[in-house]
Amino acid sequence: MTTVITAILILFGLAVVFGIILGYASVRFRVEGNPIVDQIDALLPQTQCGQCGYPGCRPYAEAIANGDAINKCPPGGQNTIEALADLLDVEAVPLDSEHGEEKPKMVAFIREDECIGCTKCIQACPVDAILGAAKQMHTVITDECTGCDLCVEPCPVDCIDMIPVETTIANWKWPSPAESPSLIATDLGRGQAQQQEAV
Amino acid sequence: MGKVFAFHGGIHPPENKKQSTREPIGQLPLPKRLYVPLQQHIGMAASPIVEVGQTVLKGQLIAEPVGRISAALHAPTSGRVLSIGPHPVPHASGLDSDCICIESDGEDRWVEHQGIEDYAAMERDDLIEHIRQCGIAGMGGAGFPTDVKLHLGDDHIVNTLIINAAECEPYITADDMLMRERADQIIGGIRILHHLIKPSHVIIGIEDNKAHAIHTLEKALKGCELNIDIQVVPTKYPSGGERQLIKLLTDIEVPSGKIPADIGIVCQNVGTMSAVYRAVHFGEPLISRVVTVTGDAVARPQNFEALIGTPFADLLDAANLYEDRLYRLVMGGPMMGVTVEHDQIPVIKTTNCIIAASREEMPPAAPEQPCIRCGMCEQVCPAELLPQQLYWFAKGREFDKAKHHNLFDCIECGACAYVCPSSIPLVQYYRFAKSEIRTEEAEQRKADHARQRFEARQARLEREKAEKEARRKARAEEAAKAQKARKAPEASASGSPELDLNALKTAAAVARTKLKKAQKALDAARESGEGDLSALEAALASAQTSADKAQADLDKAQSGSAAPAGNDGPDIKQLKTAAAVARTKLKKARDALKNAETKGLDGLDKLRATVQELETRADEADKAYQQASGANTQDSAGSEASEAAPVDLKALKQQVSIMRTKLKKSEAALADLEGEERAQAEQALETLRQRHAEADRAFKAAEQAQLDKAAAQGVDLKKLKVDAAMARAAVTKLERSLDKTEEAEARASLESELAAARRKAEELNETLKQHETA
Repeated sequence: MTTVITAILILFGLAVVFGIILGYASVRFRVEGNPIVDQIDALLPQTQCGQCGYPGCRPYAEAIANGDAINKCPPGGQNTIEALADLLDVEAVPLDSEHGEEKPKMVAFIREDECIGCTKCIQACPVDAILGAAKQMHTVITDECTGCDLCVEPCPVDCIDMIPVETTIANWKWPSPAESPSLIATDLGRGQAQQQEAV
Repeated sequence: MGKVFAFHGGIHPPENKKQSTREPIGQLPLPKRLYVPLQQHIGMAASPIVEVGQTVLKGQLIAEPVGRISAALHAPTSGRVLSIGPHPVPHASGLDSDCICIESDGEDRWVEHQGIEDYAAMERDDLIEHIRQCGIAGMGGAGFPTDVKLHLGDDHIVNTLIINAAECEPYITADDMLMRERADQIIGGIRILHHLIKPSHVIIGIEDNKAHAIHTLEKALKGCELNIDIQVVPTKYPSGGERQLIKLLTDIEVPSGKIPADIGIVCQNVGTMSAVYRAVHFGEPLISRVVTVTGDAVARPQNFEALIGTPFADLLDAANLYEDRLYRLVMGGPMMGVTVEHDQIPVIKTTNCIIAASREEMPPAAPEQPCIRCGMCEQVCPAELLPQQLYWFAKGREFDKAKHHNLFDCIECGACAYVCPSSIPLVQYYRFAKSEIRTEEAEQRKADHARQRFEARQARLEREKAEKEARRKARAEEAAKAQKARKAPEASASGSPELDLNALKTAAAVARTKLKKAQKALDAARESGEGDLSALEAALASAQTSADKAQADLDKAQSGSAAPAGNDGPDIKQLKTAAAVARTKLKKARDALKNAETKGLDGLDKLRATVQELETRADEADKAYQQASGANTQDSAGSEASEAAPVDLKALKQQVSIMRTKLKKSEAALADLEGEERAQAEQALETLRQRHAEADRAFKAAEQAQLDKAAAQGVDLKKLKVDAAMARAAVTKLERSLDKTEEAEARASLESELAAARRKAEELNETLKQHETA
């Protein structure tokens, strides 16, 4: 009988000790905020365009952390969806076309002689990428523009265009080697013959 | 001669160097036009300092460096700046980039320039700055600005200077010919660098297939006091790679992600040495270089001294190009060069070779076949990577894994693709993966930056809101305090006297009631003839005195409290009440007097006196009130007048529109009516019309007046402009909504609106134009 009681007491004692340790650890090493939200937020493109239906990237990250769909971000496109799927270990789904389509990278451009200096676009820009003052011509700081579109609607004289980012030597990318049809060694001659015909 | 070590891998492709070394370095005829690209290397593009149409002299600075990693550009010959704009440049993308186009005048006139006589006596930084101003950049591969490398000695201990003369890539002989013909210039350049970096040891690494060059270098070195060694290395591609040459000569491996200076070594190309020599001794900026023109499609493969900016076509002409044989034009060597499509692409500071290849020489790439995992690529990789693994990752777009397998240590030498039995364009895969990773990183940086800006903006908005709230609160508090402060003196000034006044009033009233009661009791006693009359009379007298006293106190208190009230300005309301009270009192007293007269009671005189006193008092009160209110009405009349003064255009407009609606309504009603009623209605309508016309006229007159005033003050062009723009925008918006609506009725109304908006916009435009022309 005593052995049973001793065993129970020992186990109880251990439980109390570990409980205290765990309790202390949970207080001492507490993680502020939700780390997964930060990780998701880091993957989103930070255009703050609101096309997902949330007022910015962070709110959408929070929504995803709470179980919202990962395919509501058109600026991020399929790459972002794949990264999110990878992070959250869920299935990568195609982009939800309800929220928009993946477009080439855009940048806002103000036709400056038509600008009346109303400052409405300045107030709309989520990243302060528009420079100007009341009754002064405005202009877009191209390097800071995320191409979110939010400045186009408020303009009373429709002088803002979204233009695709031009490919220059600075941002040119090597293309992927053309996916040639996979040949096996015995096909080699035929492939060359085809190519010669083409030439 | 020191010991030569070995690096991993490497290949031995056919050299093809003999063709272009038969003739000495040739001089080119002066090209008609030269295109100098603003960006010829990594780092920032130079910023042009010449204007289109400007005349420039040979060697004149035409674009200055921007930032630390950037090189100056100089006019390669004398002439006129034709344009500064996009032109095909030597780049793998085949894209256009900004170039300064110079039309040569054929005189080739030099700008005033002079060398440094005794560079050893010069400040080190000044000498490096001179080299920077001469636009010297690495002439081997990447075109890295040389001055940046010279500054490496500032924060690194450099003990070995390696001069790269390996020139390992097939076909290219530019450095070889340079060493054969200008070995003294190269040694001179090494001396300058030795002075600047002060290494303990200088090694010239050269492949053993350049016997002639080795010989001339050795001759030039004879009698040189510096510790310079010529180290002949076996011919193997890519021994000319910076890291491979370092490994060959010193057996030290440059760690991944580090630069040679981190291990105390600086590498320079022989071509750069000659450029440095000319810059320092003659003050000549880097405006020309030796270029190998070779390949089966040229009749006379040869090296040329070409001005920077010379189009390839001129070089090919000088080497007698067979147009029909040309299959592919390659810039650089066959291993690392890129195919270019355009023969107007200019020579830049890093262009060492142009290969005009025939089809047999460089056949089209065989079709890619599946990887058979033979492992030959791993055998030849000079960077000791796993090319096969990298290929799979790049193909599967698993860029993270590729990065972990040190993709960025790949020097893109092409050895793996050269040996691949499946003809997989491996280097292309690596280049693709690298640029994808770089783009991704750039995007990530941009996203982080955007997030930062967004958060900063949010914080700013929040702060502004909080500040506004705080200001509002402070204002409210201040207002409350001010109000309290205003109330407090009022309370202290009028509060207690008011209380006293009330108490006194009550006391006076009580005394009066007592007096009345006593009077009544006395009257009753007299009438009945009973009771103690004398006692009652005494009581009455005492009541009378007390009532008098109370009244006197009250009067005094009232006059006292009226005085401070008077200080605040005439309180009309109070005065009015006082006057009314006085009048009522007077009336009551008169009534009492009448009553007493009819009854013939005692104390008539007294009553009369009271009435008279009250009359005077009432008069006084009335007068005071009238005075005060008179002053006030004057004030208010003044303010009303000032408000009415400017014509209220808005109100007028409103009135006119109301009239118009009324008119419309009545017109509509008129249509329904018949007979006599109709006649009546018509009459009514007529009057309405008249009124409307009047109102309209008034409105227009007012508007005209305002316009005139505006015109007199000078028309506000900006406002007009804004109005015009708004009108235009309204028109476009209406047009858009018109396109959207399908209902006929809505369309009709929209159309009329649109027409009106258009008219307005046109009018505004017209006025705007008038004013602008005026």
